[in-house]
Amino acid sequence: MKLTVDGQTHEIDVEPNMPLLWALRDEIGLTDPKFGCGMAQCGACTVHIDGNAVKSCVMPVSAVQGEVTTIQGLGDADALHAVQQAWLDHQVAQCGYCQAGQMMAAASFLAKNNNPSEEEIDAAMQSNLCRCGTYPRIRQAVKSAASAMREA
Amino acid sequence: MGKLKTITRRAFLVGTAAVAGGVTFGTYMVNKPHDNPLADDLADTEASFNPWVKISKDGITLITPHADIGQGAKHVQALLLAEELDVNLDQIKTDFGTPSPAYWNTAMGNEGAPFLSTDESIGATAARSMMTALIKVLGMQITGGSSTVPDSFDKLRQAAASARETLKLAAANRTGIEVDKLRTENAQVILPDGTAMSYTDLAAEAASFEPVQNVNLRNPDQWRLIGKPTERLDTIAKSTGRAQFGIDLKLPGLVYAAVKTNPRQGAPMNSFNADSAKSMRGVKQIVPLSNGAAVVADNTWRAFQAVNQIEFDWAEADYPANMDGHWELVESSFQESRLDKLWRDEGDAVTALADTAPITASYKAPYVAHQPLEPLNVTIQFDGKTAEVWTGHQIPQMVQQQVANVLGIEPTAVAFHNQMSGGSFGHRLEFEHIKQAAEIALELQNTPIKLTYSREEDFAHDFPRQIGMARAQGKVSNGHIEAIDIQVATASSSRSQMGRSGMALAGPDSQIVAGVWNLPYNIEHLRVRGYAVEGVAPTSSWRSVGASSGGFFIESFIDELIHAAEADPLAERIRLANTSVTRQVLEAVGELSNWGSEMGANRARGIACVESFGVTCAQVVEVSLQGDKVKIDRVYVVADVGQIVDPVNFENQVQGGVVWGLGHAMNCEITYQDGMAQQSNFHMHTGIRIQQCPEIIVKGLENAQQVKGIGEPPVPPAAPALANAIFALTGQRLREMPFNKSISFV
Repeated sequence: MKLTVDGQTHEIDVEPNMPLLWALRDEIGLTDPKFGCGMAQCGACTVHIDGNAVKSCVMPVSAVQGEVTTIQGLGDADALHAVQQAWLDHQVAQCGYCQAGQMMAAASFLAKNNNPSEEEIDAAMQSNLCRCGTYPRIRQAVKSAASAMREA
Repeated sequence: MGKLKTITRRAFLVGTAAVAGGVTFGTYMVNKPHDNPLADDLADTEASFNPWVKISKDGITLITPHADIGQGAKHVQALLLAEELDVNLDQIKTDFGTPSPAYWNTAMGNEGAPFLSTDESIGATAARSMMTALIKVLGMQITGGSSTVPDSFDKLRQAAASARETLKLAAANRTGIEVDKLRTENAQVILPDGTAMSYTDLAAEAASFEPVQNVNLRNPDQWRLIGKPTERLDTIAKSTGRAQFGIDLKLPGLVYAAVKTNPRQGAPMNSFNADSAKSMRGVKQIVPLSNGAAVVADNTWRAFQAVNQIEFDWAEADYPANMDGHWELVESSFQESRLDKLWRDEGDAVTALADTAPITASYKAPYVAHQPLEPLNVTIQFDGKTAEVWTGHQIPQMVQQQVANVLGIEPTAVAFHNQMSGGSFGHRLEFEHIKQAAEIALELQNTPIKLTYSREEDFAHDFPRQIGMARAQGKVSNGHIEAIDIQVATASSSRSQMGRSGMALAGPDSQIVAGVWNLPYNIEHLRVRGYAVEGVAPTSSWRSVGASSGGFFIESFIDELIHAAEADPLAERIRLANTSVTRQVLEAVGELSNWGSEMGANRARGIACVESFGVTCAQVVEVSLQGDKVKIDRVYVVADVGQIVDPVNFENQVQGGVVWGLGHAMNCEITYQDGMAQQSNFHMHTGIRIQQCPEIIVKGLENAQQVKGIGEPPVPPAAPALANAIFALTGQRLREMPFNKSISFV
């Protein structure tokens, strides 16, 4: 089975029902998408498939049609995505474990709506859990990123 | 080791026994410094002036031994060192270091001694000194109790100042220029003519000097870093999403393990049948454990799938099967024979309450789970003689001890590598997963094994926050609170937790009454009694520990009395304030929240103020009614930690603590049915999601005499401030958490 992740094609030999998350983590070795719950309750595993945010812990690898992007494919320290820049500017993270997933959710959402209301931000981010309670900063960062994306 | 063990067994007798004169150490033992662990494997070109600073020609490494569980411990330790070392944060590397008695916690003793933070009596001071001496002799390296900052604040600055002055000595020796004509900046010694000599260049020579001791610390007006906004050292990794945690560890030949052990906490397994699991794809081995079984596979998901196919026959729990039985044990604990301690007895509460029909109320706090987002995990490798362990943990030496016990080797043969943790909230003080990994490693030697808990396994084996109740009686007169008699009965999380590590806590557990007995008010007639609930499910420290329930009990009752007295909730608290620090915290939160201003229809506010871990924290919660649902709009928080080291992280920790306190008070409990936790994943125990999160406005004060940590103190006032706001909004008094059993939130 072929999987294209962050522009690279990987040949993997796994069960069709293995969740994408575990193919990424334990087969390909990409550990930025995190395991949190295994049932789409926390969003720590969020990646993009053709730009849409999906919970990779419940996405069977055989159902993946399109290119997978992890946070590594979104941007890096030398070329930050607007969302990463906003997360950095607001120092959102505490433990940081959920934040790759939070940023992937925000990036996908803002690509479709770069001028969201507070209610729209909450609605878009509500399936991503943060146990440290960084929500006030997540809200600020999403707003900043939206503003940067409007100006870009 | 034998001697250390003996002392360990006695260590926690301190609550009362040591204070009464039972345990003493020779002056030599107490004054003797621990050896510098960095000295063991220094190269000729490297210098280490103390256990926290290592400089070679290649760079500067600062050791940050307090575990980073998301609270920013790594950054704050590095910042304190960098301040006096005269280096910038981008000029250093950090390392968690190797576990060592040299990293003993100098601040835990103050909190552990059962005296009020305001008590400066000879007895209280002696008890704190005794606890501190004991922790030093034991060499206890531990992260918890909001102690990282108080432990580090002077110690790390002194260590760095010593290193800096020793580097200057080396420069003076090389150049012949007098030391007091040299200065330092940017990791360099600067000569009078402006010539710069880098620390890395001077390191090898500096190593030959005895480190300079007793260097005066800089005055606050000279600080470059302390109190200023800085960028946390882990912010780039965490903002790019590239941060790696223990669960992400990669090693050549790594195999993946999953376990299932008896979900009836602490109970054994009768038998298991793994026939169908054995033949599943990727399964390498089934390993029987002392109360369950493990699957080792070539992929974590395959290990999860296979372990779910094992059929188990579990033994019964030694606590009640269902919640009715747990609550019965709590309710039956309010009796003389179960009295843990009479903590406060001032004035004459009995007489004051005898001549009147007192105001009475009782409150309930449920079990609650920790469940940090990174599930428990540990990687281990054992070659038959020595072991290596990688995991995020708050008590490194105990990890070594527990692994050594299982493997039958000495703790010194266990190398421990602490990892960045995806949260803890008290969860990474436990050892069950570590012991299980060691049992697997014993069977599967010379292979690195990563054990990961499924979320369901993690929930099933979370030792939750103490269950408990309070019964209170009070009296008001002339618009004021006159008397309070409060009894608190909770499980002793300290005893439960220490028991799992083979230690005993003799004497009373101050966590049972935390937040209550140290209430920040002077009450004319006050009695506080604590009762230990026995026979319930095992429990452990949950962010803010006893005060997480105690703060709810006492601040709800105070509020009830104030309303009965028809007084203003803020004004009466200010009138009762026990110290000027408390008074200023209350006044500040009143000002910040514009207390007393008109709010309009269907809006209200409530207040609470709790002292925990030596920090007074007050919160005003604003709520509104939307249809028949309550929405939390805003929370104003004021806390006094004496000195704010990093204002960015201070605000973040306070906001996080409020969210933690509110979310669990609103939405969460762990309940047992047939001896097993009914909540198995986040859909049943969420905490809080973004749409329920209020705006949180934070202000820090620096009036307190001692520098304190902020990880836990924002938690306890959140629940009562919310309950008090809801009462002001609807007239409904919430006396049991979680509140969503009684009302609906937006």
